[in-house]
Amino acid sequence: MEILEAILITIVTASTPLLLAALGELVVERSGVLNLGVEGMMIMGAVCAFAVSLTTGNPYLGLVAGMLGGVVMSILFGFLTLTLVSNQVATGLALTLLGLGLSGMVGEGFVGTPGVKLAPLPIPGLVELPVIGRALFGQDPLFYLSVVLTIGTTWFLFKSRAGLIVRAVGENHGSAHALGYSVIKVRYLAVMFGGLCAGLAGAYLSLVYTSLWIENMTAGRGWIALALVVFASWLPKRLIIGAYLFGTVSILQFHAQGAGIGIPSQLLSALPYLATILALVFISRNRAVARANTPACLGLAFVPDR
Amino acid sequence: MTNTPLLQAKSLTKKFGTLKANDSVDLVVQPGEIHALLGENGAGKSTLVKMLYGALQPTSGQIYWKGQEVHLADPAQARTLGVGMVFQHFSLFDSLNVVENIALALPKGTKIGPLAKRVEEVSHDYGLPLKADNLVADLSVGERQRIEIVRCLLQNPELIIMDEPTSVLTPQEADLLFQTLERLSKEGRSILYISHRLEEVQKMCDTATILRHGKLVEHCNPANETAASLARLMVGSSVKAVERSKPDVSAAPVRLKLQKLSLPPASPFAVPLSDISLSVKGGEVVAIAGVAGNGQSELFDALSGERDTPADAIIINEIESGHKGVTARRSLGAAFVPEERLGHAAVPDLPLSENVILTRHGSDKPLKSGLFLQRNHAGELGIRISEAFDVRKGAPDPNAGSLSGGNLQKFVVGREIDRGPTLLVVSQPTWGVDAGAAALIRQALLDLARQGAAVVVISQDLDEIFEIADRIAVINKGELSKAEPVEDMSLEKIGLLMGGVHGAEPETIPASKGQEAYNAD
Repeated sequence: MEILEAILITIVTASTPLLLAALGELVVERSGVLNLGVEGMMIMGAVCAFAVSLTTGNPYLGLVAGMLGGVVMSILFGFLTLTLVSNQVATGLALTLLGLGLSGMVGEGFVGTPGVKLAPLPIPGLVELPVIGRALFGQDPLFYLSVVLTIGTTWFLFKSRAGLIVRAVGENHGSAHALGYSVIKVRYLAVMFGGLCAGLAGAYLSLVYTSLWIENMTAGRGWIALALVVFASWLPKRLIIGAYLFGTVSILQFHAQGAGIGIPSQLLSALPYLATILALVFISRNRAVARANTPACLGLAFVPDR
Repeated sequence: MTNTPLLQAKSLTKKFGTLKANDSVDLVVQPGEIHALLGENGAGKSTLVKMLYGALQPTSGQIYWKGQEVHLADPAQARTLGVGMVFQHFSLFDSLNVVENIALALPKGTKIGPLAKRVEEVSHDYGLPLKADNLVADLSVGERQRIEIVRCLLQNPELIIMDEPTSVLTPQEADLLFQTLERLSKEGRSILYISHRLEEVQKMCDTATILRHGKLVEHCNPANETAASLARLMVGSSVKAVERSKPDVSAAPVRLKLQKLSLPPASPFAVPLSDISLSVKGGEVVAIAGVAGNGQSELFDALSGERDTPADAIIINEIESGHKGVTARRSLGAAFVPEERLGHAAVPDLPLSENVILTRHGSDKPLKSGLFLQRNHAGELGIRISEAFDVRKGAPDPNAGSLSGGNLQKFVVGREIDRGPTLLVVSQPTWGVDAGAAALIRQALLDLARQGAAVVVISQDLDEIFEIADRIAVINKGELSKAEPVEDMSLEKIGLLMGGVHGAEPETIPASKGQEAYNAD
């Protein structure tokens, strides 16, 4: 029983950063922008959060710094791709490289220093529940935020007028412009939201997951988040399935490795990727749904005629 | 007129770089009138209305709304004043449903639930039935236009601008639209109606403003003019009518035969082709009519070899060709002109001579010797084609993308006809081309047929079809009707074969119209 509880807790911790980063990118892509720099924004969020929480001693200030780090990176991306109309794919890749390099430089003095951990915020009563209590109700505030954000994003995209505008801009920027919406402004806001979420995800890694600064500590999670968005057909509810499936399998394969199962460890390490892709391909096999949710203007530059 | 006009434009000018798209154009629209804006493609009609709708800013000139000068910074401001617009290329969002599309054009704070009800009410009230939760991607072009119109009406506009609304409709759908327009004008709303279809304008419009090369030519009353005199005003000179003789094809060989051609859709929203059979003899022009998106592009792809079919489904000059590639089909004497000139028929950034090589390297021996291309020969061909088809260009061998639409179209059609093909398949040969170039292209197609080639024309332009076709077939939802001699066809009959009014519930087709159409059979 204790082991099960421990496994559940680690699964939630492993899945939350993926969900946070992917949610942000989902909104970005719904607005028609492909930002491949999630990894770079995430690692900047991680290093900023770590540095500020360590120097001030306040993890919440660190959280804010992490978000700011992600947002600043996303504004840079927005300026290059939206204002200067540079290629989104190339700029996104550059953003990742920039983030990895810059974070290494900023974090050089912090390597090996124990950081400040963001304390859990147990919900009284519910946390006493057997098995799931501590996994779902004894977590840190970021986990609750990720749940609220997922529900909020679904509501925003499909029930609110602002979300309708975001989807419209991603579907057909020419028409949205003709109707009088500012395509560039909508996209800037979406890109900044993506940066904020990626920053949060990074902060989660350095404040909750490890409370250490390690260079390249995002370890490809930004890329997984990007892939999750596509395989989830740009639907937040499917993102939860994808993120948690990935988290679950990656934790379980650790335990399998620890138990000494006779499967090569490389194969086990590959398992989360394989399982997640298979599952998401399976749920998105309905091509009509996939087509209806794919932003038609994804990755296309918008230049209004004057 | 002594009363204040609803909208007045004074010497509006719009420059794009050095090009004057509009050169001090004046326009007066009175309340409750249907005002036609006539002109050829590129005459500046769309530029003018975009300025009136706030989507473009004039370089100079003034706009007055009910006598007050206004500066329209964006379309939202124009909408607040009471200007609505129905676009030619619909500004709709495919993956959103009907009511979401409409909500986007309405002011903030519009609730989706009540709006859905209103959309269905208003659309039924005006005879343009719509279901609020249908996805736009699943609707026909006619239904999409209804969304645009209903969206416009919900803003309660006093002036409705319509950009070539009938170019995408079946004749029956167009009639339905005219009834709606008449009703709107009776309600006191003004309509600015852009078209190049003169019959429509004469039937519907109270006044007309004619533009040519961005300049105002004349204000007139279309009822006092003839179609020919309006055409002269639009083009600036009279357009030569196409000459044709009746062909005798009884002894001619069958050049193209389609036998139960079926093709699954390539993408979720594409149209499957089902059981298409057709036989075209040398010497005749067979036209395939139909509303856009009913399988025309799929049929063209199958004919040209861009998609494979069973070998015996397509027979070119008595050889089974369904599995052959484009070049192999060209070697059999076939030639193809696709719909999009830029990007499909020609590569914009390559010079004309290289564009000649691209379609003719495989079938024209002199273009290749051993491993090497004969560029000089390609250049000579380019010049020969340009002279024969009156392609006007600035340099001897300019990039394809630098030619105007009409000139490039003459070039891509000429490039194929110059080869002397025995079978020519051409899609939308005069789409977006001025009247002079259109007449030249149509005459060339007819002449090619009369020299013994089989010509298949896929077109949405019914005037064009009646002008050049010997037989007409209609494509609807991927099925092709029997090709009937042009004498046995009428607009009404074609309209019914096109599917009549797409997507309407049967009882909403006005009884009189349906009756007329059936009587015409």
